[in-house]
Amino acid sequence: MNAPDREPASDLWPDPLVSRVPYRVYTDPGLYREELERFFYRGHWCYVGLEAEVPNPGDFKRTMIGERSVILVRAEDGSLAVVENHCAHRGARFCQREFGTAKRFVCPYHQWNYDLKGNLVGVPFRQGFVVEGRKVGGMPPDFDMKAHGLTRLRVQSHNGVVFASFDHGVPDLRDYLGPEVMPWYERVFDGRRLVVLGYSRQRIPGNWKLMQENIKDPYHPGLLHTWFVTFGLWRADQRSQMVLDAHGRHAAMISRRNQGGEGEATRGVASFRQNMKLHDERVLDVVPEPWWNGPTVTMLTLFPSVIVQQQVNSVSTRHIVPRGPGVFDFHWTHFGFADDTPEMTRRRLRQANLFGPAGYVSADDGEVIEMQQQGFVQDPAARTLSELGGRDVGPTDHMVTETLIRGLYRYWRGVMEV
Amino acid sequence: MDAPGGMIDVALRLEVQDLYAAYSACLDHGALEEWPDFFTEDCVYRLVPRENFDRGLPLATLAFESRGMLKDRVYGATQTLFHQPYYQRHLVSGIRVTGIEGGAVRAEANYLVVRTRKNELSEVFNCGRYVDRIVRDAGRLRFAEKLCVFDSELIPNSIIYPV
Ligand SMILES: [Fe+2]
Repeated sequence: MNAPDREPASDLWPDPLVSRVPYRVYTDPGLYREELERFFYRGHWCYVGLEAEVPNPGDFKRTMIGERSVILVRAEDGSLAVVENHCAHRGARFCQREFGTAKRFVCPYHQWNYDLKGNLVGVPFRQGFVVEGRKVGGMPPDFDMKAHGLTRLRVQSHNGVVFASFDHGVPDLRDYLGPEVMPWYERVFDGRRLVVLGYSRQRIPGNWKLMQENIKDPYHPGLLHTWFVTFGLWRADQRSQMVLDAHGRHAAMISRRNQGGEGEATRGVASFRQNMKLHDERVLDVVPEPWWNGPTVTMLTLFPSVIVQQQVNSVSTRHIVPRGPGVFDFHWTHFGFADDTPEMTRRRLRQANLFGPAGYVSADDGEVIEMQQQGFVQDPAARTLSELGGRDVGPTDHMVTETLIRGLYRYWRGVMEV
Repeated sequence: MDAPGGMIDVALRLEVQDLYAAYSACLDHGALEEWPDFFTEDCVYRLVPRENFDRGLPLATLAFESRGMLKDRVYGATQTLFHQPYYQRHLVSGIRVTGIEGGAVRAEANYLVVRTRKNELSEVFNCGRYVDRIVRDAGRLRFAEKLCVFDSELIPNSIIYPV
């Protein structure tokens, strides 16, 4: 199955270690195209949005699965559909609005039109046209409307979050997510109605997998992110848990906030600021919520396309949109819950200052990912090293480990056959 | 700040223009510690993607509600947020005083911020418009509200410094 422009698998990754990733895995165009096929277009569920984004019949949202533009739409019968955004006639990416409400999808080029489930329902001049008493043109008599709808994807939604797959043979979403990660998914998404607070979008010049790795990496937050270590939001002396599914592709990083300040976890940590005191502490006005059931943070990586964040009172989905081997877009959807008080909504919005493309603990994640990619490009023969906590893969009851990254590459090597 | 005869006083308009010029100069010279002084104590500063603004969604990329939060951002940007350093250059045009209400000036302007990293070409980084409320506070004009609504919704990696 090797792409012709790709090296033999054994040359790419000769040893069995999953802790040493060849830099070329982040830079090679042939590998990247194969990843799109094997992870984004086949055998996997990809995130397309929240049901709250399309609450009423006709509501649609344009989004991406891998590099393919798709439309999430609520059909007239209330069900969800996802169709690919190119016309069956001459291929135009007909939908150019991000959100809207429609009765039909109409391609502007020749006005072929489709119902909300993607069935072709109208073709102008299909029966020809009468010119000077003579019928001319028209589609051939055997033209079958039913055979020329939009590409329809398989769709499943669980407690308000919608996933789709080009592969109609993909296992059910629940089985796909697996029993290890599901309790953490359902902790955030327990069926409550969600309210979208808004979007942030950024383009990060790095390979898409680096964002999955970033949220499978509990090692860095207490080192890179001053705010986490100083205010006790994420650091090595917290009660933590690392969870992975049976394949090693999905994971949850779970932890409990502590009081911060100086301690074992700050000794020698350059980013710790002992005397840092905020002029206005409302940015960190954390109020525990009943549904947390203990942990103050859970970060889910649902492979390949989405991250679910709960960091104290800030909750969001972060959608990974690959744009080539060396760049991806990252779309954040911040949300709250329908029963939030106005004070809680304000708190979620204030704490959003920590997250997103300008956030105190995530703007620098984009920056270091860009720097990683710069390193990969300059020396493709080198390899990363992720051996904190050993070289094996498995759940842990602490955060001093890179086991989740190793789990990801054990899975990646299996699917990619390298 | 009365507007005699319904006309907006020319001196006031010049003063507003000077405020924008000084604001840009502060950010472009990297004098970030002076940035909070352009705002009142209980100011509002919001940097908002245009899609959220147009759709009435409350999320901002940055949302501050006091001069204290602005000081925290300066500390955060300069002392805590690891980033590749860059220059920024603000081009502000079309400054319009759009109204005077209750002793405050309403003003709008277009802005374009060019980002230049060391050894890289300059690039358009963020463009949008300011929608501001300006008051006279302790002898000078300051922003009581500054809303930066940006068209550049796809942010080139990260925004570290204020716009
Ligand atoms: Fe991080």
